[in-house]
Amino acid sequence: MTQTIPSRMQFNIQADDTLTWNVEPLMHEIRHALKNLLEQEQSSVIDLRSLPLAPGEEQKILDLLGRGEVSANLNALGDSEVYETTYPGVWLVTHYNDNDDIVGRFIEVTTIPEILMSQRPDITDAHERLVNLLDTETLSEH
Amino acid sequence: MKKQQVNNQAAQSTTRDAADGATHEPTLGDALRSQGVSRRSFLKFCAATASMMAMSPAMIPKIAQALENARRPSVIWLSFQECTGCTESLTRAHTSTIESLIFDSISLDYHHTLQAAAGHAAEEAREIAMKENDGKYLLVVDGSIPTGNPGYSTIAGISNLDMLMDTAKGAAAIIAVGTCATYGGIPHADPNPTGAQSVGDLITDKPIINVPGCPPIPVVITGVLTHFLTFGTLPELDHIGRPKTFYGQSIHDRCYRRPFYDKGLFAETFDDEGAQKGWCLYKLGCKGPTTYNACATTKWNNGTSFPIESGHPCIGCSEPDFWDGGGFYKALSMPTENITKTAIYTAAGAAAAGVAIGALNKSKKKAANKAHSKVTIDDLEK
Repeated sequence: MTQTIPSRMQFNIQADDTLTWNVEPLMHEIRHALKNLLEQEQSSVIDLRSLPLAPGEEQKILDLLGRGEVSANLNALGDSEVYETTYPGVWLVTHYNDNDDIVGRFIEVTTIPEILMSQRPDITDAHERLVNLLDTETLSEH
Repeated sequence: MKKQQVNNQAAQSTTRDAADGATHEPTLGDALRSQGVSRRSFLKFCAATASMMAMSPAMIPKIAQALENARRPSVIWLSFQECTGCTESLTRAHTSTIESLIFDSISLDYHHTLQAAAGHAAEEAREIAMKENDGKYLLVVDGSIPTGNPGYSTIAGISNLDMLMDTAKGAAAIIAVGTCATYGGIPHADPNPTGAQSVGDLITDKPIINVPGCPPIPVVITGVLTHFLTFGTLPELDHIGRPKTFYGQSIHDRCYRRPFYDKGLFAETFDDEGAQKGWCLYKLGCKGPTTYNACATTKWNNGTSFPIESGHPCIGCSEPDFWDGGGFYKALSMPTENITKTAIYTAAGAAAAGVAIGALNKSKKKAANKAHSKVTIDDLEK
């Protein structure tokens, strides 16, 4: 079968230009989410693991989005990598486990991903620890 | 709709926690805090858990709230007529920190393949767990149950049927893992020499969650356990008892090769141009259109790939009687018209065409089930 399919699709991921078509709809979803953020201050999260993607398509999406100005690494139950893409407001959050397997990958359309913010219970704990440290007896031990 | 229901479940679970508040059993939240796990780490854990349970990221705060208050349930695992493939699959699931946290928070009180105790000591552990957690423990079953002759499969001299009935009595819920426990599986295949039956055939007075697959995807097993642990309730099930989050859509509908099907581009043999270009495997016998499972999105081997991605048609292992479905390499149905043309002409109604062909497939499969046709070597050679 040597059929060629004429198409206007822009995102060809396979070597022979045969199309799989999951990239463009996802890019539109991101565009809609960004519009929501702009007009209604509504954040969105897209779970990349829940979508049917062909080999190479996820990378294609990441390549299209690129890497922007902000990058952060977390060390919380294994590594996590967070960066803003070249489209401000569109972030990529990747969670790894201790074996460096990806356990979650999300596109977050928001002003800052929740996971980067200091969390109230942790702040409470930090305050307690600082108070303990500044207790003169404890401090002199250091 | 789904979101609303889960919200209700979370609300119920909170109420339950308030009611049980006096018992002061350590919750998962307590356990994590005592291990020095920060809130940020916990949020990451919840994000990965939501992804694992195939839930919307919007559920992450609800999961965080429910997991905080989750208790440590006792789990009894019974293995009957099976190949241990399901246990193999499950034990590949918790190599990571995050899933092991889930497993640290259940109490696996009996699993005769994994536990160190054997013989009477093992049976005693099962009886103690049943007594101490009467009405509250979770029963997991893999393997079908022979009803022809009790001697076909026994554990410590107890027939599978007796052990199942005895252990099911005090269970809060039963999770049937694998196609054997859910639908009889390979032991149940024609002519079913042992009179194999599924858990659901034998037990009608307990909530049963079916987690089929030969074996099921590891994270689907842990996802269902996690759901129970998180919300203390059963997930929403389909008409044959499968959780909709994992079995709600067909392999075909979620397949990355679906666009080729819609365009009428098919591999005709395993080494032709179409096969090399990764076109649709429908004509090579793919059971994706009649098979409901999460392989196409969750994938196998830590998300590496799934059979269709490796160029092999889906064999439909999570469906009832898949072994008697009429040949793994026979196309589900071939419309009298050239399917390539049919698919292209209905490009606008591609989804509708898919539904129609799906319906054809179902009736074909039903006919094959009735005829109980055996797989011959001819079926395997194309």
